[in-house]
Amino acid sequence: MRVVVIGGGIVGNSLAGWLTELGWTDLVQLDKGPFPNPGGSTGHASNFIFPVDHSKEMTQLTLESMRQYREAGTLHECGGIEVARTEERMEELRRRLASAKSWGVDDCRLVTPAEIKELVPFVDESILLGGFYSPSVAVVDSLRFGTVMREKAQANGAQILANTEVEGIDVEDGRVRRVRTTRDDFDADVVVIACGVWSPRVAQMAGASIPLTPAVHQMIDVGPVPRFLDSKTAVDYPIVRDMDTNMYERQDGQGLEVGSYAHRPILHEPGEIPSIEESALTPTELPFTQEDFELQLEHALELVPEVLGDESVGIKYAINGLLSLTPDGLPLLGETPEVKGLWSAAAVWVKEGPGVGKSVAEWMVHGEPEIDLQSSDIARFYPEQRTPQHVKGRAAEGFNKTYGIVHPGEQWESNRGVRVSPFYEQEKKLGAVFYEAAAWERPHWYASNAPLVEEYGIEPREHEWDARWWSPIINAEHLAMRERAAMFDLTAFCVFDVVGPGALDCVQTVAARQMNVPDGRVVYTPVLAPSGGFKSDLTIMKMADDRFRVVTGGAHGMVDMKWFADHCGPDAHIEDHTSAHCTVGLWGPRARDILSSITGDDVSNDGFPFATWKMVDVDGMEVLASRISYVGDLGWELYVPFEQGAKLWDAVWEAGQPHGVVPAGIGVYGTTGRLEKAYRAFGFELDQDYDVVEADMAWWKVKGEDFVGKEAHLAAREGEPAAVCSTLTLTGSKRFPLGREPIVRADGSPLVDAKGRRSYVTSAGMGPSLGKYILMTYLPPGDHGQLYVQYMEELQPVTVEVVGSRPPFDPDNERIRA
Amino acid sequence: MRILVCVKRVPITGGKMVLTDDAQALETKHLGFTISPHEECAVEEAVRIVEAGVAAGTAGEVVALALGPSEAEEQIRDCLAIGADRGILLETHGEEWDAQATAAAIVDAIRAQEPFDLLLFGNESADAGGYQVGIRVAHALGLPVVTGLKKIDVGDGSVRCERDVGGARDVYEAPLPAVLTVLEGLNLPRYPSVPGRLRAKSKPLEVVEPARPAQRLEKLRLVVPEGHGKQAEILGEGPEAAPRVVEMLQALGVA
Repeated sequence: MRVVVIGGGIVGNSLAGWLTELGWTDLVQLDKGPFPNPGGSTGHASNFIFPVDHSKEMTQLTLESMRQYREAGTLHECGGIEVARTEERMEELRRRLASAKSWGVDDCRLVTPAEIKELVPFVDESILLGGFYSPSVAVVDSLRFGTVMREKAQANGAQILANTEVEGIDVEDGRVRRVRTTRDDFDADVVVIACGVWSPRVAQMAGASIPLTPAVHQMIDVGPVPRFLDSKTAVDYPIVRDMDTNMYERQDGQGLEVGSYAHRPILHEPGEIPSIEESALTPTELPFTQEDFELQLEHALELVPEVLGDESVGIKYAINGLLSLTPDGLPLLGETPEVKGLWSAAAVWVKEGPGVGKSVAEWMVHGEPEIDLQSSDIARFYPEQRTPQHVKGRAAEGFNKTYGIVHPGEQWESNRGVRVSPFYEQEKKLGAVFYEAAAWERPHWYASNAPLVEEYGIEPREHEWDARWWSPIINAEHLAMRERAAMFDLTAFCVFDVVGPGALDCVQTVAARQMNVPDGRVVYTPVLAPSGGFKSDLTIMKMADDRFRVVTGGAHGMVDMKWFADHCGPDAHIEDHTSAHCTVGLWGPRARDILSSITGDDVSNDGFPFATWKMVDVDGMEVLASRISYVGDLGWELYVPFEQGAKLWDAVWEAGQPHGVVPAGIGVYGTTGRLEKAYRAFGFELDQDYDVVEADMAWWKVKGEDFVGKEAHLAAREGEPAAVCSTLTLTGSKRFPLGREPIVRADGSPLVDAKGRRSYVTSAGMGPSLGKYILMTYLPPGDHGQLYVQYMEELQPVTVEVVGSRPPFDPDNERIRA
Repeated sequence: MRILVCVKRVPITGGKMVLTDDAQALETKHLGFTISPHEECAVEEAVRIVEAGVAAGTAGEVVALALGPSEAEEQIRDCLAIGADRGILLETHGEEWDAQATAAAIVDAIRAQEPFDLLLFGNESADAGGYQVGIRVAHALGLPVVTGLKKIDVGDGSVRCERDVGGARDVYEAPLPAVLTVLEGLNLPRYPSVPGRLRAKSKPLEVVEPARPAQRLEKLRLVVPEGHGKQAEILGEGPEAAPRVVEMLQALGVA
């Protein structure tokens, strides 16, 4: 395997080192700049690392990176404090404490203003309410670490070239073949773009897109600071993140660095970054724009008046440093969907660089990284999410959230309304509150259902945070569905067909369950990674021997589509039907009454059993009806071509009136309905860290045919699961955990399974028909005594409702099979 | 002591110079702006003189003046941040003014002010390098002028100044008021402090729009001289590189 790694920043160096360690030694690494600092964002990075993030994936990458920095002797632990000026921030810090415990960072604690003063004597603690202290926060030498990795690659046989600019990337038959540079042409089977802010420009040479935008992060260096003159190390004092002003202050030798994410978003074009020759400093250290920093100076002065108020301390260096921002704030990793063999390792910051290097190298060499990179997979974007308008709109919006208090349900505001279903106008009339999924507008609940809240006696949530991005209408819609019937807009599904004589081979390889089934069957199946963890879960309709229709969630659909495409032999291919079909979901005890009133076809239980699909006639339309359910009630997914959608909606709506049908949003579909049924969701309960047996989704017999992850799956069935996905309930609590909180014992100690994984809330939401608040989690076997969920700093007792997948509501599935 | 310091907004160049397509100006879209090192020293000197005076009980004022586009306010604020008291912006519309026109506008502005005791200029601007404006202003005002200075001592009613001349120094004494043009090395300018930066925001800045007279100097085009830009040669890495480094230092005549 001949590899070219383009880029010599923290990512390219880490990757080159790791790839050669894993055996891919026929490697060329190049950069257009000189080593050790070729002039990209690594060169001016602040180099500090706070380990705790609300995202499990990012925390895992960061912890792995810290391990590598430490092992290379390039990490200096100095501690760090995220300080709060407001009560709202203190709440966020308490939530951060919970995330720290969930992800296994145990040394963190909340500190009082007095304790902050003791740790960082130059702050004015009188403006603070408290802080979140992480003793393991560290400063790293990312340039030195990069050199270590580059030299490792070189020692393993790699060829390293500085001052070598890429002029073209040749692609033949959809596969990358060659990198042309100012020095030489390099044939390659695999090319990795690790070019930071330049990545989009380089990807474009191969006809691929890397949707990031260079953006400015302002920072200044002041000094010399009298207090630091006798410092023994470069950083004697903990780094302070002034979260409420989006700023940080860190000692750097005799100086203090002040950085900001508070200023207006200043975005640049990757093609407009100055060349190395033209740059006064480096291409990513642009001239400082003082006017954008004025307010920040005042904020910083408030917090560290001793240093910044000192007239003898001068501003010695000030830059607009470029860094990479993406539409959703996450890195862009993996093989590009456009070009085989062309990989992206971009939009990665110093804090996760080495971890990303290792993970992407594993992914390339072994086909799967040890850390699940599902959120960072570059294949996740739909075409409309790669447009400059989307990338810039979201990046600008996301920039000021860098230190923000981001609610898990928080919605984006920019570039909305890009994809709308054919029922959009009807939904608007019903007062739909739209959330976004995969650029689609999807009703989350309907204002028109407000009267149901009183009818069902739904209590509001007392606490603003718990009630934010939520409505009691969701629970009311749920109960109306369970009592009558509800209509859902499921158009955001990603729908694609695997077609051709080799279609069965492809779906058999990808799907864990038996796909050689009669026409008309609908199969819900896990999709496994080679290690046996979850790559996805989805349904497949057998249409014909040479056609299988895959229906999967919008959020992960593009990644799933690539995974199937990657497993298509020469006589199978993928047809994307996502924008060809729209979907109405109809569920509830009256669903059959409604459907049978508008079709002459047999929709009885015998004539149309569960887990099958067929075409039915509705009001002059041919409707594909699929009898499955993610909400645990009798009903169908109804598919028609997009242009017939509005008519289908109206037909079902009118037929539903005598039966009391209500429109219901994704609040029911994605949370209350599924949680009552203990249905797992990909990205929540299901990820690569857990296997099918642990998810308690193992079916009675494993098919004889080979499939990805089979060996691991068979092995998992032999042993005892280290943890089992379980349903907990919370009763009598005034607070409502929203997910990711740790499950702990009475003494607050975390539950850790035999594989070192901690129990945390994978999903949380009301079960209105149960009258209980539901938390899903993985529990290790054994008696743990009374268990608690740690919400903020408080422990709320929970009841273990079910260990395993048996639904707490309608456990025998009488409803869906009615 | 009332001191006027004249400064000019110029691009910060460090790398390769790129000209606009019409070769009439530097391409500045990637460049920051500053004042020349000479002028930084002039501002620092003025601030020091007034600070010393204030410490000794004499009131004083430093006024920073620039002729340039509205963006030149940024450079005046930089001067205010390190201690100048107020600013005057002679606002142009982005077009270039030759030395005569510049000097004339400055002279008009000076006449509109209370008289200054000392008028400081950089020896020459960092971009056009005309070496003229200070001298022309002095001539128009009928004041003595001393140029290329590396040392200034303000006495009672007079100023003693020094200028490097090939290993020795010329020493001049001029009565005040006087015009002095100074060189980098006159002092070590301070960095602005954060309080200084914040104070600068609210210090007074007067904007005047002088009429642009007919220019008597015509620019045909700019040419970037050969061989400009960063030139680096990597001699090697680690201890093995030492002999080549020594060789290079010897070739340069510094070892």
